[in-house]
Amino acid sequence: MRIGTTAPMLWIAAMAAATALGAENNTFLLRNATVHPVSGPAIENASVLVVDGKIAEVGAKVAPRGKVKVIEARGLHVYPGMIDSGSPIGLAEIASVRETVDTGELGDFNPQLRALIAVNPSSEHIPVVRANGITTVLVTPGTTGGSRGSTSTGLIAGQASLMHLDGWTWEEMEIRRSAAMQMTWPAIQMPRGSADLEALLPGLAARRTTFAEARRNQQQQVQKIQEFFDAARRYHKAKTAGEAVDPDLRYEAMIPVLEGKQPLMIQAAREREIREALDFAARERLKIVLAGVRRPGKTLEEIARRNIPVILGTTFVSPMEEDDPYDDPFTLPARLHQAGVKFAFASFNVQFARNLPYQAAQAVPFGLPYDEALKSVTLYPAQIWGIDAEYGSIEKGKYADLIVTDGDPLEIRTQVKMMFIKGVPVDLESKHTRLYKRYSARP
Amino acid sequence: MRRALLAGVLSAAALLAADVTVIQNATIHTVTKGTLKGSIVIRDGKIADVGEKVMTPAGARIIDATGKHVIPGIIDAHTHIALDSINESSVSVSSMVNVAEMLNPESISIYQALAGGVTTCNSMHGSANSIGGQNVVFKLRWGADARGLIFDKAKPSIKMALGENPKRQGSPQGLQIPGLQPPQNLRYPGTRLGVEDVIRDAFTRARAYQRAWKDYEARKARGEKILPPRRDLELEPLVEVLEGKRLVHAHCYRADEILMLIRVFDDFNIRGVTFQHVLEGYKVAREIAERGHGASTFSDWWSYKVEAYDAIPYNAAILHRKGVLVSLNSDDAGGAELMRRLNTEAAKVMKYGGLSADEALAMVTINPAKQLQIDQWVGSIETGKDADLVIYDKDPLSIYAKVEKVFIDGKQYFDRDEDLSRRPKFEAEKEGLRKKLLDQLKQAAPQNRRPS
Repeated sequence: MRIGTTAPMLWIAAMAAATALGAENNTFLLRNATVHPVSGPAIENASVLVVDGKIAEVGAKVAPRGKVKVIEARGLHVYPGMIDSGSPIGLAEIASVRETVDTGELGDFNPQLRALIAVNPSSEHIPVVRANGITTVLVTPGTTGGSRGSTSTGLIAGQASLMHLDGWTWEEMEIRRSAAMQMTWPAIQMPRGSADLEALLPGLAARRTTFAEARRNQQQQVQKIQEFFDAARRYHKAKTAGEAVDPDLRYEAMIPVLEGKQPLMIQAAREREIREALDFAARERLKIVLAGVRRPGKTLEEIARRNIPVILGTTFVSPMEEDDPYDDPFTLPARLHQAGVKFAFASFNVQFARNLPYQAAQAVPFGLPYDEALKSVTLYPAQIWGIDAEYGSIEKGKYADLIVTDGDPLEIRTQVKMMFIKGVPVDLESKHTRLYKRYSARP
Repeated sequence: MRRALLAGVLSAAALLAADVTVIQNATIHTVTKGTLKGSIVIRDGKIADVGEKVMTPAGARIIDATGKHVIPGIIDAHTHIALDSINESSVSVSSMVNVAEMLNPESISIYQALAGGVTTCNSMHGSANSIGGQNVVFKLRWGADARGLIFDKAKPSIKMALGENPKRQGSPQGLQIPGLQPPQNLRYPGTRLGVEDVIRDAFTRARAYQRAWKDYEARKARGEKILPPRRDLELEPLVEVLEGKRLVHAHCYRADEILMLIRVFDDFNIRGVTFQHVLEGYKVAREIAERGHGASTFSDWWSYKVEAYDAIPYNAAILHRKGVLVSLNSDDAGGAELMRRLNTEAAKVMKYGGLSADEALAMVTINPAKQLQIDQWVGSIETGKDADLVIYDKDPLSIYAKVEKVFIDGKQYFDRDEDLSRRPKFEAEKEGLRKKLLDQLKQAAPQNRRPS
């Protein structure tokens, strides 16, 4: 297993140095590895020829061409880089410090906001996450688990951007700047009783809402969504008809969504919200992706029938209701698979984004076929976000976003030995490995 | 009469034999005595025998565990589950309160954690104050009442907390909750300097209180007729700490505050403290090890606040290599989430830092048992210990493993097949209740009826 790993690491270091000098280093032959294309069965003793950052050939018999550099990977495994379908990485550094968090802008409707322009390429999180084999993230502008944005509970948070986890600037990290429009379907929110919260915030009990009030609030928010879409449509119609309209960046940003060109990624956890979102999307003829689905109930059949992709959040959660089966979050991916729903995983988190492969794997002992788990962090997200012609599997013509591991990348103990993004070797050191080395050496 | 008596004796014998369970043909991770392929004999709630070849008593319940793995029940040294109240945050020293009074045996988190292989946990007071309340160690005997859960023999302990959390109530900006005024009554301390002072002051007072009682006892013994000192419920638990009768679990993050507490404890001769979270423990691993203190940490949490920004997943490995007793905990409150996958959290110390499988498993079994001073009864698979055991279908350090059966004191408290077979009945019951409720609502308020 260890044979042949030291030498490539040295070689990687040399290549990384070469990158800094701007030398072309996205052409090489990776050989003697087990290649897992994901789109097809694994090939043993195989090679991957990468030319100018793209995969030129994959197979058991690939001859080196000319003076191409050779990377020995005997005993190792090659997989496509993994894709996280939702994380505010780069937008949130320290969750509890507002100044370091750029998710959750004020206001209900912010379709004009673009996540990528505020992605900090120097975030310490980026090297930490990619060290576990994740090359690509859909960076989401909304407030999602794990980071505290503003106090806003916005309905349309802005445009989510597909980004590579490497680059000197956010422009260099960009894959698709507007891969999806992020939206949250309002839920009926009943404050939950908590003795602790009561003790902390006296008077909270007096502020309790009844279910009828909570439902009214929710319906008002749904109404606001409808009005916003109606206004955007009038704007679009007037503009298409050549009428003089005052330019409005918010409505402009809605045009690709209204035309069904850009997926509207709607966060909806429970059956009631999912049902409303499905009906809304049908009425408005939108292309949608459901996200954060947790208790889909009877909607699964319709989601499958309408071929609506789903982005699942982490499996590492407690059941939503205390009378749910204890393994409810673990069996959810298998239930989607059985219903014929295409899904991909998202961490919806920064600090735990590196655990994306494990959250997919957690569904395997609870019924999800292994190959499906692997596809749900590689090929399926590429298909859902419309980049599968270039990413998501190891196939001729696609970009060489590759990881080289000593085993199954979904298993915790596996080490990622090398990573390439568009064929360029990526440094796997991070703040964590630096501190580890430094303090291990303390006398 | 005689026949009835005989029948009674016979059924008693049958009961005795039935009280023996043998888990056969398993891969047994004893944690303290290596891994073997063999059997475990459970009698009267204890592990009666473990080995490659054991005597199987006639009439014993046999569990064929061919291809399965058995580990000692997982122990979580730091949770807040099954507590109706966690923080008494109005005072800087809340040592007089005890979360055991708040133990809710019906909390579903107990069952969820059990289904994840946890058999014992330390549910603690929160970290709102420099010296917090008293904690409770309990076994996850789902179905028992609160008293029946408590691990009687566990040594009592107290919570302490350093850094951002105890400071927060001293900061005008500290408690920002949308729509609510910041707290009007700021409470000391508001800095790490003040945190040290609160702790040092409390133990100084505890020492004086201890002296007052010793003085009283001595004079009383000499026959003097004097009044005893007034009992002080705040200081009594701290005197127990000074006398080594009560353990300390100290929530901490940064290296400076960890070192501060080590020095305060040096001055008061307090030993065997377990530092909780201790995310920068790796920076002062030598100092922690020198004093024989322990560390109970997270596998890979970081960056959720400033004091967690230098946290690294290699913390456990560095601390362990420098000689610190390390455990991994969940810190779960409310639902049991991380708690029910501590086995794979343990696997992370293999990934980050290259520890062995045995070292990894020890961090969620025998090491927390030692930190809670319950290791003579639980934490490993050894003859004479409580039969707290977990059967997995695969290697428990693999993400692909799942828990099949859990035993506490030899009694089976979780069985996945049984859980699955109960579900249709529960669903039907739930549906029935839902219908009943809807009918009641319709009868109570006809105007609520939806138009059909």
